[in-house]
Amino acid sequence: DPEKVKKKKFWWFTNSPTVIVMVGLPARGKTYISKKLARYLNWIGVNTAVFNLGQYRREAVQTYKNYEFFRPDNEEAMKIRRNCASNALTDIGAYFTKEQGQVAVFDATNTTRERRGLILSFAKEKGYKVFFVESVCDDPDIIEQNIMQVKLSSPDYENCDKEEALEDFLKRIECYKMTYVPLDEEKDRHLSYIKIFNVGSRYLVNRVQDHIQSRIVYYLMNIHVTPRSIYLSRHGESDLNLLGRIGGDSGLSTRGQMYASALAAFVQSQSIRDLKVWTSHMKRTIQTAEALGVPYEQWKALNEIDAGMCEEMTYEEIQGHHPEEFALRDQDKYRYRYPKGESYEDMVHRLEPVIMELERQENVLVICHQAVMRCLLAYFLDKSADELPYLRCPLHTVLKLTPVAYGCKVESIFLNVQAVNTHREKPPNVDINRKTEDALQTVPEHV
Amino acid sequence: MCVCVCVFEDCPFRFENCKKQHGVDDNKKSSVILVAVVLCPQSCPLRRDREQVGVAAVLRTRICTSRPETTSVLRRDAAMRGSKRCRRDRPVCMTNCPTLIVMVGLPARGKTYISKKLTRYLNWIGVPTKEFNVGQYRRECLKIYKNFEFFRPDNEEGLKIRRQCALSALNDVRQYLCMEGGQVAVFDATNTTRERRDTITRFAEQNGFKVFFVESVCEDPDVIAENIVQVKLGSPDYIDCNTEEAVADFMKRIKCYENSYQPLDEGLDRELSYIKIMDVGRRYLVNRVLDHIQSRIVYYLMNIHITPRSIYLCRHGESDLNVRGRIGGDSGLTSRGKEYAKSLGHFIQEQNIKDLKVWTSQMKRTIQTAEALAVPYEQWKALNEIDAGVCEEMMYEEIQEHFPLEFALRDQDKYRYRYPKGESYEDLVQRLEPVIMELERQENVLVICHQAVMRCLLAYFLDKSAEELPYLKCPLHTVLKLTPVAYGCKVESIFLNVEAVNTHRDKPENVDISRPTEEALLTVPAHQ
Repeated sequence: DPEKVKKKKFWWFTNSPTVIVMVGLPARGKTYISKKLARYLNWIGVNTAVFNLGQYRREAVQTYKNYEFFRPDNEEAMKIRRNCASNALTDIGAYFTKEQGQVAVFDATNTTRERRGLILSFAKEKGYKVFFVESVCDDPDIIEQNIMQVKLSSPDYENCDKEEALEDFLKRIECYKMTYVPLDEEKDRHLSYIKIFNVGSRYLVNRVQDHIQSRIVYYLMNIHVTPRSIYLSRHGESDLNLLGRIGGDSGLSTRGQMYASALAAFVQSQSIRDLKVWTSHMKRTIQTAEALGVPYEQWKALNEIDAGMCEEMTYEEIQGHHPEEFALRDQDKYRYRYPKGESYEDMVHRLEPVIMELERQENVLVICHQAVMRCLLAYFLDKSADELPYLRCPLHTVLKLTPVAYGCKVESIFLNVQAVNTHREKPPNVDINRKTEDALQTVPEHV
Repeated sequence: MCVCVCVFEDCPFRFENCKKQHGVDDNKKSSVILVAVVLCPQSCPLRRDREQVGVAAVLRTRICTSRPETTSVLRRDAAMRGSKRCRRDRPVCMTNCPTLIVMVGLPARGKTYISKKLTRYLNWIGVPTKEFNVGQYRRECLKIYKNFEFFRPDNEEGLKIRRQCALSALNDVRQYLCMEGGQVAVFDATNTTRERRDTITRFAEQNGFKVFFVESVCEDPDVIAENIVQVKLGSPDYIDCNTEEAVADFMKRIKCYENSYQPLDEGLDRELSYIKIMDVGRRYLVNRVLDHIQSRIVYYLMNIHITPRSIYLCRHGESDLNVRGRIGGDSGLTSRGKEYAKSLGHFIQEQNIKDLKVWTSQMKRTIQTAEALAVPYEQWKALNEIDAGVCEEMMYEEIQEHFPLEFALRDQDKYRYRYPKGESYEDLVQRLEPVIMELERQENVLVICHQAVMRCLLAYFLDKSAEELPYLKCPLHTVLKLTPVAYGCKVESIFLNVEAVNTHRDKPENVDISRPTEEALLTVPAHQ
């Protein structure tokens, strides 16, 4: 009986959907947090979507004139804004019921008790859980930095020059300040929320209801906005790479060792402050790190995907011995688990602590493996489960990720040491009865 | 000649495997190639020193000291990590400086409960932690407790003794963190005045420790009363008192502290790192979390609760491979195993447990066991049995025949030993940590798992050391009911009256790698 026996795969699936409600004056990082949180939750497998009220408003009003729209005595505008909020809530309902959404982030100022009350009634009626995330900041430098980074380039200010835009936006903030009622320790003691003060120097957490809220709090307490870069790279070319064999624990080839030296030179040239270096437990990443001559940390979690029965085989051999498995993998590369091995889905799971620590850290160089790097990259670049297993992570190339505005800037630096290609595209024919040539069509060349 | 690989002088494989594995050109004399120690084969007994502890592992690149070029690198590495030389038998942790956790709060606010629980958790995940309870120092100093008057703020003599005890405890903290390889010390005392906390902060600064305050604030009289009944009445202080006397005295004791209590203040203490726990976890204020270990501590503290509940641990029913004396694999239940599953179903019914959650692994035998309960259950990959790698589905006799060296090494250090292409108990603890965290969040849970997994979970709840853990007895067809009580856990063992094969192999006397076969197989349980 499928109803009786609920076989949930991951413990963080909550029975009722959760609405995360952002609270805070403009330029307090609400959208930054919304997007980052959604990216994290989606990556760990919790279907999450962001509903940004500003976008609804832009669709309703088409052209933004100036801050007067946000004056609390602007009746007409108030009506439009209330409508937008209703529409957004309706869409949230649809997301949960029709699109299997589990978490919706309602990204708006939600600065009045009245507006929050509206959301709470809506959620109560439908049986959704509500968790508030309030960002409080009174540091004028942070606010200005914020405005410069993301507001000036907003569609609202397309035709304004910087000073005009800044001035208008500050007046906009004043409009909200008049009616802002922050979450109150006393009056709101029955609500579930986290209050973030000054970009994370202090947090107030109230009534965490369940696992997903606990994870959200943990995540929010680990992220920061200090500028830094994350460098992702694979190990140098290995002996098994050359032979076209997957997995295993081989050492570096000559070219691989050359890459390691080149990597050392690159790292030096970048003059990175307090760089941390992480590797896996496998020889090839450790040998690569050794060439850098700096302390490094080994993470078992960064080990390459375990190919189980197919360890150290070539794709030709896999096709020869396990043609059905080979086809099944092509059908759903993200969820497919090698017999006695792992899937990409398993890997995301085991990489979660690595991601959490990457969020805590500042400048880090991660020397890892193809599948691992794809998972990490998918997290930073918000790639879906379908795209993830086909992301290009060639050998001897460093990807430098720098958080900027709401996303990540990526620079790809090839260190000029040739290496074999290990990227196998999805072949057009994924049928289990396909011919051998069709199966091996996209296998990269090897010795 | 190439530089040596395995840096441990007494590793038996040092010179042989080195040359084979890193394949460095013998003519490259000039460059010092520091090839990682992990190149040593699985069977090297010293390998374990380099394995992972906690979330991340740090490779201690100790280098052959025979070459002068290498020692300078070692010096540079040592300098980068701080002046402490890593000890051979313990890997260096991620955080370079030890952490001093300082409890803050009036009496009966759960400080000792939190200290002990936190210490237990940190030790289980591999962070050496010890708690220092100032009350114990006071009892040793005073011998006999008369009454609350000792704690009166105007009792000069009392204050002197209490200050001495605190300093004595801090001394022991220093000893533990600097000399005995401790990583975290929990200073369990009221620490209710700013003055006392400043003393501690200064002490920590002088010694290079990070400080993290954990304050417990509670005004609910019911919670406080329950607290007093559960743990204070049984305290050595009140051994000769009846309940009323003890409660009255203790309430007066609390009063003595109340007047001088200066809670951590959002304004005045904004530079400190702390978590304020309010009303037993309803609300938290977290300020300036500095590093990973503090972040983990905060996460843990935010997930524990004191709602009464029970955790039921048991293994799957007897499996086909069990009966044949084979380890690992993914076999189904025998007929006795199925009978057990049915009995388990009845047992659960009888116990009448409120909102019971049932968890299994993703292996057939636990799933089949859960199926018989006819209630919803959740599968956790993390609850899968330890991966025995190349020894999967072998009998102990076969392991002894094919891998006698591995078999002996495992007996020498069962906790850290990793099966080739498999896992160690140490790895298991790591992968079970999210399960433990979720068990802390939940209330009534039945976990249907496997022998090694159950040993790890049990070791967490019963505070067993890494040495004891792999030999904890977890027989088939027996449910362990764990109920948190006072500062620990009550255990009830319930055998469900269905016979099963014994799968427990004790540590044999002879663990030498050259031991004869009979001695290796001495403790193997009987099987078909």
